[in-house]
Amino acid sequence: MAQSTAAPTPTTQTLTPLPLRTIAPWAVFFGVLMLVLLYFVGAEQGATALVSGEGVHEWVHDARHLLGFPCH
Amino acid sequence: MNSVTVRTLLVRGMLAGLGAGVLAFVFAYLVGEGPVDAAIAFEESNSHEHGGEELVSRTVQSTAGLATGVLVFGVAIGGIAALAFCFALGRVGRIGARATASFTALAGFLLLYLIPTLKYPANPPAVGNPDTIGERTILFVGMIVLSVLLGIAAVLLGRRLAPGWGNWNASITAGVAFVAVMAVTMAVLPSGDNTPKGFPANDLWEFRIASIGTQAVLWAAFGLLFGYLAERVLEPRVTRGKVSALAA
Repeated sequence: MAQSTAAPTPTTQTLTPLPLRTIAPWAVFFGVLMLVLLYFVGAEQGATALVSGEGVHEWVHDARHLLGFPCH
Repeated sequence: MNSVTVRTLLVRGMLAGLGAGVLAFVFAYLVGEGPVDAAIAFEESNSHEHGGEELVSRTVQSTAGLATGVLVFGVAIGGIAALAFCFALGRVGRIGARATASFTALAGFLLLYLIPTLKYPANPPAVGNPDTIGERTILFVGMIVLSVLLGIAAVLLGRRLAPGWGNWNASITAGVAFVAVMAVTMAVLPSGDNTPKGFPANDLWEFRIASIGTQAVLWAAFGLLFGYLAERVLEPRVTRGKVSALAA
C-alpha cells in the first residue's frame, strides 16, 4: 500500500511487450503440441481415428461430453 | 525479456492449467455426472444400439477417465493461453500481468467455449446421431475458429478506431460489430439440434449448465492462478515488496 503515494500504476510501466521473434518458436512448437492434446481429448476415435478401436474414446468419454465436444 | 521468459511463462501456464483442471474435474464430477448418468439411463431404455460389453466401466469413465480428459484439456488450454498471454502482454493497454492474465482467460472462455456453445451446445450421451459425428465436429471446430478470428478482428478494429473515437466508443463499436457478424453467422449455419424425441428437457438443461460450469471453473481458476504465477516472473519487485511487508 506504500505504493499508493507514488505515481499511478508504477508497476505496469515496466511491462514491455515480449518481442514476437522470441515468442514465435515456442508458439509454433508448443501450439501444435497443445492442439494434438486437444485432438486426443476432443475428437480421436470420434470423427476421425489415428488409433484403431474405441479405447481412447471410451476412456475420455465423460470429459469429452462435459467439455462440450461432439462425442458420438 | 527473452525466450527464457516465454519458456517460464509457458511452463507456468501449463501448471496453472493443470491446477485449474483439478478444480474443474471436481466440479464436473459433483455436478456433471448426475445428468450424464440420467442421459445414459435414457439411452439404454430407448435404444438397442449401445448395449454390448463395456470397454471401460462407468465407474472408471466417471472418475479416472473424466480426470484424464479434464486435466489434459486443462494443460493444453493452459499452454495455449500462456502463449496468447505472452503476445498480449504490454499490447492490450496499460494493464499489469495479473489483469492481462484475467483478460486472456476471459477471452479464452468466451471465444473458445461460450460463444461456439451458443450455437452448438454440449450434448449428453444419447443426444446426437453417430452417423453425423463428422459433420458436427467440423461445424463445432469451425465455429471455434470463426469466433477466434472474429475476436481478433474486433480487437484490431477497436484499436484502429480508438485514436479518433476514444477508447469507450471504439470498444463499444468493435463489440457491437462482433455481435452483429456473429449473430448473422449463427443464423446462417445449420442447426445443431440432435435431441431425440422424449429426451427429458430438464436433464438436457442440467447437463448443459454442468458443462458451462465446468468450463467456467476451468478458465476462472486458470486466469487467477496463472495471473499470480506470471506476476511473480514479470514483476518480481512487487512480489518481494509484498513478502517483506508480510514479514514486517
